[in-house]
Amino acid sequence: MSSASIPDPTASLTPGGNLRRRQLVSRVAEIAATAAAVLAIAALVLVIYSVVVRGAKKISLDFIFTAYPTGVGPMLLGTLEIALIATLMAMPIGVLIALFLTEYSGAKGARTMKLVLDLVNGLPSIILGLFAFALLVDHKQQSGFAGAVALAIIELPLIARGSQEVLQLVPQGLREASDALGVARWRSVLTVVLPTALGGIITSTVLAVARAAGETAPLILTTSNFDGKSFVLNPFEALPNVPTWIYKLSEEGNPEGFNEAWGMALLLVSFILFASLGARALLARSKRKLSS
Amino acid sequence: MSTVASPAAQAGGRGTRVSQLRKRADLIGDRLLLGICLLAALVAGAAIFLVGYQIIHGASPAISKFGLGFLTSTEWQPNFNVFGAGVLLFGTAVTSAFALLLGAPIAIAIGLFLTLLAPSGVRGVVGPLVELLAAIPSVILGFWGLLVLAPFVQSKVEPFLHSTFGFIPIFGSPQTTGLSVFTASLILTIMVIPIIASITRDLFQSVPDELQDGASALGATRWEVVRGIILPTTSSGVVAACILGLGRALGEAIAVSQVIGAGFEIKGSLFETGNTLAAQIALQFPGNLGGMHQAALYYCGVILLAIGLAANLLAQWIGRRFSYAGTVAR
Repeated sequence: MSSASIPDPTASLTPGGNLRRRQLVSRVAEIAATAAAVLAIAALVLVIYSVVVRGAKKISLDFIFTAYPTGVGPMLLGTLEIALIATLMAMPIGVLIALFLTEYSGAKGARTMKLVLDLVNGLPSIILGLFAFALLVDHKQQSGFAGAVALAIIELPLIARGSQEVLQLVPQGLREASDALGVARWRSVLTVVLPTALGGIITSTVLAVARAAGETAPLILTTSNFDGKSFVLNPFEALPNVPTWIYKLSEEGNPEGFNEAWGMALLLVSFILFASLGARALLARSKRKLSS
Repeated sequence: MSTVASPAAQAGGRGTRVSQLRKRADLIGDRLLLGICLLAALVAGAAIFLVGYQIIHGASPAISKFGLGFLTSTEWQPNFNVFGAGVLLFGTAVTSAFALLLGAPIAIAIGLFLTLLAPSGVRGVVGPLVELLAAIPSVILGFWGLLVLAPFVQSKVEPFLHSTFGFIPIFGSPQTTGLSVFTASLILTIMVIPIIASITRDLFQSVPDELQDGASALGATRWEVVRGIILPTTSSGVVAACILGLGRALGEAIAVSQVIGAGFEIKGSLFETGNTLAAQIALQFPGNLGGMHQAALYYCGVILLAIGLAANLLAQWIGRRFSYAGTVAR
């Protein structure tokens, strides 16, 4: 009986039979998971590669600064204006919502608010386009402002959630110290909490802008100006802008138009990638700094 | 880093007039800040209702004319003022379902790779890169799909699938352009993956280490830990993540309209053209139509909004109601 429990010293050290099969299954699963990650990265690299290779030919100072047909300056200006107006609308409201979540609302209020933000975040962008059209364009005229309203709704939940995460990292000790000195709540929020979190709030905003800058669906309904020969400053007119132009050129099927679209795509993608990578790195840094 | 500026600290020492003024200012300031914060919160809540109202309002002529029959009718003839969203609903369902079918396993595998397999250096690179996939604007993805992916699908993928799985009717004979329900689904797959992957990664990371270590100590292989511990404890969250991904796929308008070919019929084969609710709005609404045509497109928006909100609420509900990892680990 006891002799049977002594392992056979001559047995092979590599597993056989059932264990071997189980290890093989595990190995296959590991390889499949790695392959999935490689596949996703490959898709990203392929898209960016295509954009860079085909778009680089068009990039020149003329392309960036002159009007159509030699360049796409008006579209870049329009996109800049729309994004700026959208952010000017979304950022204050988003930060205030974040303050409401971290400083004022109880757990229950916060849960409701987060649900609302998630729902707003889940609204399809074409729906927001229809909304902005119905509210501001129908029976009137198209305007960059209407597009900016739609983009502001896209940015709002992103800014609110991002700022809330940073505000939560502001050490409770700072708030308590401020309270202990007899400082009123609103003063400590404005002079202690917000300044501490400012860096993180700004980077969250940059991330939101990067997301909104490429949105097309709301803009084709609200501000599709396909003239492009003049720079338009007034946001209450239809502003030419990069996403709608890429869309328009892709629908036209004209090879030269395709080249222009690739060029604009490169400008747009490089802005978005640099903005979101840079903001992410900064955000990670400021979060580390706050939580350490 | 921050400067604790607190002039109020010395207020008590000065005259009572000053301190009383300050107190009053603080009272007002507190109320005011709370007030505007509350107002901002209400703005977000009101936005949803306002969006819903405007779109239903725009759709009301079509709703009263076509009623629920709009959902099943496959006629879309602007010249005769006859509209039905049957084809669009079908296209939306097929493209999103196919995108989810393809994207969800890949995304979940990426989530597992990032939590279990990748060394921390690789994780720090691969994670953000996968999320960058979500940052590519849909119009650029659609443009790439039109000029790069579609020709490839048409010349390589479709003939291969047709010759290998041609006995299944959905893999019909390849068409000439590559603009098809299939290509649209592939583009949607690319969009869905980063969403599901980043949510599931966070979920998998929240599974308590003791459970995993316990299983490993009992001799479970890595795959058995995944099968037996990680997936069961997070299954509800994974389902919620998939529903969120589905919501994204349903609502995508631009990229789909660029590659789906704007077909007018329900076809059995994935390689034929089709259309979706969102893509139809993007394609036809800018034409400034007015009248019933516009109302019908608003009606499509109403359907889209309803499905989108329902999917989102369902995901939230599942995530909260059944979340094991969420309640234990946080």
